[in-house]
Amino acid sequence: MSTPAATMAVAELATGAAVIEIRGDVTAACEQALMTAHEQATDAGAKLLVLDFSAMEYMNSGGIGMLVTLLVRGQRRQQRIAAVGLTEHYRQIFELTRLDEAIGLFDDTDAALASR
Amino acid sequence: MDTQAAGPRQPRDATNWAAKVDRLHVDDAVREHGYNIEGRRVAGPQQGFGRLWQRIYTADLGTAVTPERLVADWRAHFGEYWPKVGRFYGSVSAIQPGDVAPLASGPMATGVLVLYADETSFSFLTPEGHMFASMITFSGETALEGSTVATIRILLRCSDPLFEAAWPALRRGEDYFWPHTLRNLGAAHGVHGIHVAEDTECLDRRRLWKNWTNVRYNSGIRSGVHLLTTPFRPRRRTGPAA
Repeated sequence: MSTPAATMAVAELATGAAVIEIRGDVTAACEQALMTAHEQATDAGAKLLVLDFSAMEYMNSGGIGMLVTLLVRGQRRQQRIAAVGLTEHYRQIFELTRLDEAIGLFDDTDAALASR
Repeated sequence: MDTQAAGPRQPRDATNWAAKVDRLHVDDAVREHGYNIEGRRVAGPQQGFGRLWQRIYTADLGTAVTPERLVADWRAHFGEYWPKVGRFYGSVSAIQPGDVAPLASGPMATGVLVLYADETSFSFLTPEGHMFASMITFSGETALEGSTVATIRILLRCSDPLFEAAWPALRRGEDYFWPHTLRNLGAAHGVHGIHVAEDTECLDRRRLWKNWTNVRYNSGIRSGVHLLTTPFRPRRRTGPAA
């Protein structure tokens, strides 16, 4: 039984900032969708990428690996990556894996934008 | 529109992840092997120094075993499938999220944290000082033809400049170790002489020079110092006094 991959929706937040709304299961299977969303946001000139996890239902360790890859892509383009909408469970996973040292964690998109 | 009156739903993966810890702690039973990981933090690829590599080893085991049965067995007997050059001091029962397991390769001691485990995969994160700052995932997956494929997927940076300089040798060592592990795993399920495919991709050619200070935790150096100072270290009593 295959796990349905997450869907990604890109929207502009402000000049130079975009949000990627992630919905569903975050696993390695959605890497292509996330990289496509990243390219879309980059083509629109985003230097701040906000990953909105509020509609994420599940994440496995493949999801963490995928975020590491996204980080590398973002760093190559001098982009900052932030995350919003994480429940306490997922926030602790980001802290355990020390992903929070590279991806800023914020309560909402306004806070992420204010950090620029 | 229905509204949920109950509290937040537990995510499906709630029990699959290790609990958050700031520092790793080793069980007393294996403490003598955990001197290089006790008190250390985890170090994922973004905390490493060297180039970022993705390495994938795969072995098709046919229909001899399902992915779930394969991973259950792998978790229960993980260290037993290693070639003799390595020793895994994990739990006597199956690998569980949150386990901190020392390991040794020759005289070099380090370890891993079990970050995640479910029915078809489990993942480790390495501690500061390990030769790699990495996440490694072991999984069983069903291929399109219906066979079970055992996969080892590694995302790594060498931890410090010394390990990075040794990367060509370390890579050859990995190319011996993991295929042997997969062949041993296959043999345990009646599948012999399997071909192990390997794919390596450099995801980031940059070195993270800000992490050069990781060398202070270098497990090769620390293991050497530990070995040299063994005669001068007080021995722990392990049995009843004479």
